[in-house]
Amino acid sequence: MESSFDKNALFANLNEIFLDLLPESLSWMAYLGTGLTIILIMVNAVLMLTAFGTYMERRVLGRFQTRLGPNRVGPFGLLQPLADLLKLITKEDLRPESADKITFFLAPVLMVTSMLAVVAVVPFGKDSFLADLNIGVLYLVGIPTIATVSMFLGGWGSGNRFALLGAARAVAMLISYEVPMIVSLAGILILAGSMSLVDVVQAQQIPFILLQPIAFFVFLVSASAEMNRSPFDLMEAESELTAGFHTEFSGMRFGLLQLAEFGEVVVTSAILATLFLRGWENPFIPSDWQQVLPPQIWLIGKMLFFMLIFTWIRATLPRMRIDQVMAFAWKVLFPLALINMFVTAALVVAWPDPTYTQLWMMVGVNWAVAIGCLTGYTLSRGRHRQKPTESVRLVQLPSEVS
Amino acid sequence: MPFGLGIAKGMMVTLRNLVRKPVTVQYPEQRVVQNPRFRGEDFVWYEERCTGCASCAKYCPQGIIKIVTSPSGEQTQEGEKYKIETFDIEIARCMFCGLCVEACPYDALHMGTGFERAMPRKADLVITVDELRASAKRPSTWFRPQLQERGYEPASGEEVSWQDAGREATVAPTYDDMLKRWVEKR
Repeated sequence: MESSFDKNALFANLNEIFLDLLPESLSWMAYLGTGLTIILIMVNAVLMLTAFGTYMERRVLGRFQTRLGPNRVGPFGLLQPLADLLKLITKEDLRPESADKITFFLAPVLMVTSMLAVVAVVPFGKDSFLADLNIGVLYLVGIPTIATVSMFLGGWGSGNRFALLGAARAVAMLISYEVPMIVSLAGILILAGSMSLVDVVQAQQIPFILLQPIAFFVFLVSASAEMNRSPFDLMEAESELTAGFHTEFSGMRFGLLQLAEFGEVVVTSAILATLFLRGWENPFIPSDWQQVLPPQIWLIGKMLFFMLIFTWIRATLPRMRIDQVMAFAWKVLFPLALINMFVTAALVVAWPDPTYTQLWMMVGVNWAVAIGCLTGYTLSRGRHRQKPTESVRLVQLPSEVS
Repeated sequence: MPFGLGIAKGMMVTLRNLVRKPVTVQYPEQRVVQNPRFRGEDFVWYEERCTGCASCAKYCPQGIIKIVTSPSGEQTQEGEKYKIETFDIEIARCMFCGLCVEACPYDALHMGTGFERAMPRKADLVITVDELRASAKRPSTWFRPQLQERGYEPASGEEVSWQDAGREATVAPTYDDMLKRWVEKR
């Protein structure tokens, strides 16, 4: 407890305020009150950002498709999330006869909980964070897996074949994409020398997006697969599966599932910003620049940036087929992540304590490897590309029969 | 082609769309200006031209025009007109073919350019003779393109008088004219 007070200035200050407020005999409540206050602030911040994220996503998606998006409720449609919420709350909450009561109830709750729990380890300012876990990165790849479980619970508990199929797809896909995601994070951990996100932010003299381009790409792709977003949203492919695992959910249960889905975008953006774009610090390369903006604003700005990128991807790419998705995870992303891990490890062995110049050399080497991978993959694809063969021409023209 | 170039191209396409002006028309506030030759509802009817011959009603493929006339006692000579008591167009079943307008021998009926007659009940979707009398005289130029050549534009709000809307206004024939046509010709 003492060590967390030393590093966590926000926690310590709040704790003192609470100690002043409370009588001597209740001083143990100060710790509790402080923790709960920070949790309250962070959960509300995430939920507000999620609400804003849904609005922004719909507006920006509209602009990507040269339409306007929601602009009726409130100024510029800013109150649209509120209207959505009211609508969802007032809807009837149906539970099918064949549904399993407990799992049907648990699925949305677990999903939202796992989404919110991830934020705990994200630092949002100098010496201000909720928890500085020394296994932070492990935590933030482990906790979202609960969402996978809850997806399967929802799909299984609905008593609906579409939901079950969607859930089965979700589990198959998400487990595959966990692997490249974790391996891509290994490079960052080798560079930072720590699994704590606070240390990862402080270790970024150069943003890791420059030092680890392959890891960034792999993480971005597998994170958008984890979030069930286009182009990997085939567990809710509406043309085949109605709505996937949440076919049977209605009312606020559906609202919670949607909240979790959009909240994961916010949370993943926060993780991306923390791991690759120096978190709460300014993203520019001379790291001794003055903090022009408060750290929270930097973090939120970077989160909005990544949310925009996710929206952009969603606006552009069509849905992939299940075999393409799996092949992409195991044949492209996983080898890329492994290559990245080995190259980073070799670089760290070569320069165990890199100076600023050596860091820039690392950037060069990593980008060279990235471009090499791209070229190599292009060449190999060209060699293995199937040419149209005789078997494709199923219909024989009369002139060919003789 | 390098791997991933296709995705990059697609991303650039959507990015270009992001900075383009949205094509959305905010309907209740903004309206798409219809082509002057649009065949729309709110028929334009010139009572001064109409003789109550009910050609429109006869030619209507749907049979949705109902005309009731009565000799007014004022102009009962041949070539003169009847008093029109009912001119109901049941626009719910109208398919805007324009045959009534083509059939009218006196250019008394014209299509309009409106498109907003949504009603809660189907029974309300009837244009009555009072409505026809009161409606703005902004005919579509579909059957009279000559109007367009004169610089008339339905969307501008300018109205067309009954003299301009069709061919030369028929002058009520005098007794001598009738005599010439029916007696001296034979």
